[in-house]
Amino acid sequence: MTARVKVVPKRPMSTRHLNGSAPSMNGEFFELRLYVAGQTPKSLTALANLRKICNEHLDGRFELHVIDLVKTPQLAQGDQILAIPTLVRNLPQPMRKIIGDLSDTERVLVGLDVRKNMEAR
Amino acid sequence: MAGSHKNAERPRGAGTLTEQPRVAPTLEKSPTGISGFDEITNGGVPQGRPTIVCGGPGCGKTMFALEFLVRGAMQYHEPGVLMTFEETTDEMTKNVASLGFDLRELEAQKKLFMDYVRVEPTEIQETGEYDLEGLFVRLQHAVDSIGAKRVVLDTLEAVFSGFANSGLLRAEIRRLFRWLKDRGLTTVVTAEKGDGTLTRYGLEEYVSDCVVFLDHRVNDQVSTRRMRVIKYRGSSHGADEYPFLIDEQGLSVLPVSAMKLNHAVFNERVSSGIPDLDAMLEGKGYYRGSSILVSGTSGSGKSSTAAHFAEQTCREGKRCLYVAFEESQAQAVRNMGSVGIDLETPIKKGLLRFEAWRPTQNGLEMHLLRIHKLVEEHQPDVVIIDPVTNLTVGTINEMHSTLMRLIDFLKSRGTTALLTSLMGKDRDLEQTEVGISSLIDTWIFLRDVELNGERNRCLYVLKSRGMAHSNQVREFVMSKEGVQLLPVYVGAGTVLTGSARLSQEARERAEEQSRQLQTEQKRKELERRRAAVEAQIDVLRSQLAEDEDRLKQVMQEEEGRKQQVDEEAAAMSKIRRVESAGNGRNALAEGA
Repeated sequence: MTARVKVVPKRPMSTRHLNGSAPSMNGEFFELRLYVAGQTPKSLTALANLRKICNEHLDGRFELHVIDLVKTPQLAQGDQILAIPTLVRNLPQPMRKIIGDLSDTERVLVGLDVRKNMEAR
Repeated sequence: MAGSHKNAERPRGAGTLTEQPRVAPTLEKSPTGISGFDEITNGGVPQGRPTIVCGGPGCGKTMFALEFLVRGAMQYHEPGVLMTFEETTDEMTKNVASLGFDLRELEAQKKLFMDYVRVEPTEIQETGEYDLEGLFVRLQHAVDSIGAKRVVLDTLEAVFSGFANSGLLRAEIRRLFRWLKDRGLTTVVTAEKGDGTLTRYGLEEYVSDCVVFLDHRVNDQVSTRRMRVIKYRGSSHGADEYPFLIDEQGLSVLPVSAMKLNHAVFNERVSSGIPDLDAMLEGKGYYRGSSILVSGTSGSGKSSTAAHFAEQTCREGKRCLYVAFEESQAQAVRNMGSVGIDLETPIKKGLLRFEAWRPTQNGLEMHLLRIHKLVEEHQPDVVIIDPVTNLTVGTINEMHSTLMRLIDFLKSRGTTALLTSLMGKDRDLEQTEVGISSLIDTWIFLRDVELNGERNRCLYVLKSRGMAHSNQVREFVMSKEGVQLLPVYVGAGTVLTGSARLSQEARERAEEQSRQLQTEQKRKELERRRAAVEAQIDVLRSQLAEDEDRLKQVMQEEEGRKQQVDEEAAAMSKIRRVESAGNGRNALAEGA
């Protein structure tokens, strides 16, 4: 609990903004949701990994919501969450899902289709 | 929940162990409401534990699971969670609407919570460690939101297609079952049959409490669904394969061979509807609750015998179920009407239920199930199956066991069963039907006798348990007034029927007449002779009387003469005495 609060101190809600900023003109805008269930080590690892990846590769062109299903279990149905942690790329379309603690950065980037974007730039 | 119960009771039981017989803690069970299943499992699925229902595609797994859920919600007030992995909730709702289950309505009443879990492998990229906590969260949420007692996971194994790490999935599924058990949720998990294994991913390893296997097989183009309880830890259960049916009322399992020979016995008698046949059965008819077999060749009058019984039953105000495999209702009503049997009135009154369907329509077990269901619905006193031999879609062995089950079932209800059986002409009945005969209490045999260019019907009672039945062969005659049984002419090793019997009877009548005539003649002759003799006696008697008269006359004359002689002598002597005293002239005169 405490760890997460440190990471995202702005809002007490489970759905919250992280590093949110205005869409950049340079590339596509990423709307991401990270589903976790309580403060499990896997969730914390995933969140830390995701922050790192976003900061390094997305360059402010993203919006991240962390959804704690322990608090809002009804939200699991909408995005068909089964595995925890799951990262959902809501935008750009089509929707992508990446599960696991996001420790394999290469695969996360492939999964998010970020690598392509970066090369295109 | 069940565990805490046990723990609470155990210390108490331990203290009084020696004083009272220990009652073994029995496994709590949750009734599924599926007709027949609760019987074969002695109460349903294990309460608060997971049960696996497995089988091939289209075997009815989902139907089983859904019925368990819906009946639980509607009949046992146990709200349920439906978690589907393959079909969306909309599809599911539509699928079961035909069974009269309104899932949306149940959902609105908070008796059901539906959650469709979509597993789409193409969308998912795995990047490190994960678990299926999302599934747990969703399940927990569903259970909490309606206070569910029952859970259905259909088909849980679909998760294996969505995630690559099967080792992790197995661990998670193990955890899931533990989780369900800990919460006391009675769960039904469906699983697809694998190659040589019960389930494709070996789920049965994790759920070891109860495993139900469903099977859908086709023999000779006839499909039969079967169910088997493979495992039921801590409980006895029927281990056989039980046929089951999915119809408008959902699943019905037929608990077939669980019956024992302990049905009640009735001394009550029921009329066969044919007075002459009753007369052959001690004048009273069949026993109530007995099984009667009427067998015979084609057109020998089996259906008429059956219809008579049906009519009689309904005339007494009792209920009858007539299952026909040869004639439709309209046809039977017309045909029976022609021999004076009125089936229409009892049908209209609702006493007689006439059901006709094609024997090839279902497998053997399905026929049996249908009859079962009809019996449950109509609650008849008499069940007629015409003809039972049309049920031989399977082997003779199968038919034998099916019939045995049917007869047992009807006997246990005290229902009288009349089965007709069609025999081939050249087959020896006692040989071919030896299987059935042992199950039958009263066996009536109809046979054709072909003689002198005629075909006539004969009836005899082959056996009838518990009564001194007639050993006679009777001629079976159908007329507008119904069936009559006439005594046949038996002589010189042959049985005469029809016109042969009639001519024989005429001959006998003629003989009888001539005999009577002769007797009459003799009697008259005797009469005449008697008259003659008596006349003679009269003559003799009158002659005798005449003789007597004559004799009397003679005697009288003799008497008279004697008297006269005496008188004359006296007079003479008087005169003589006078002459001897006076002159001699008087004495002379007297001597002249």
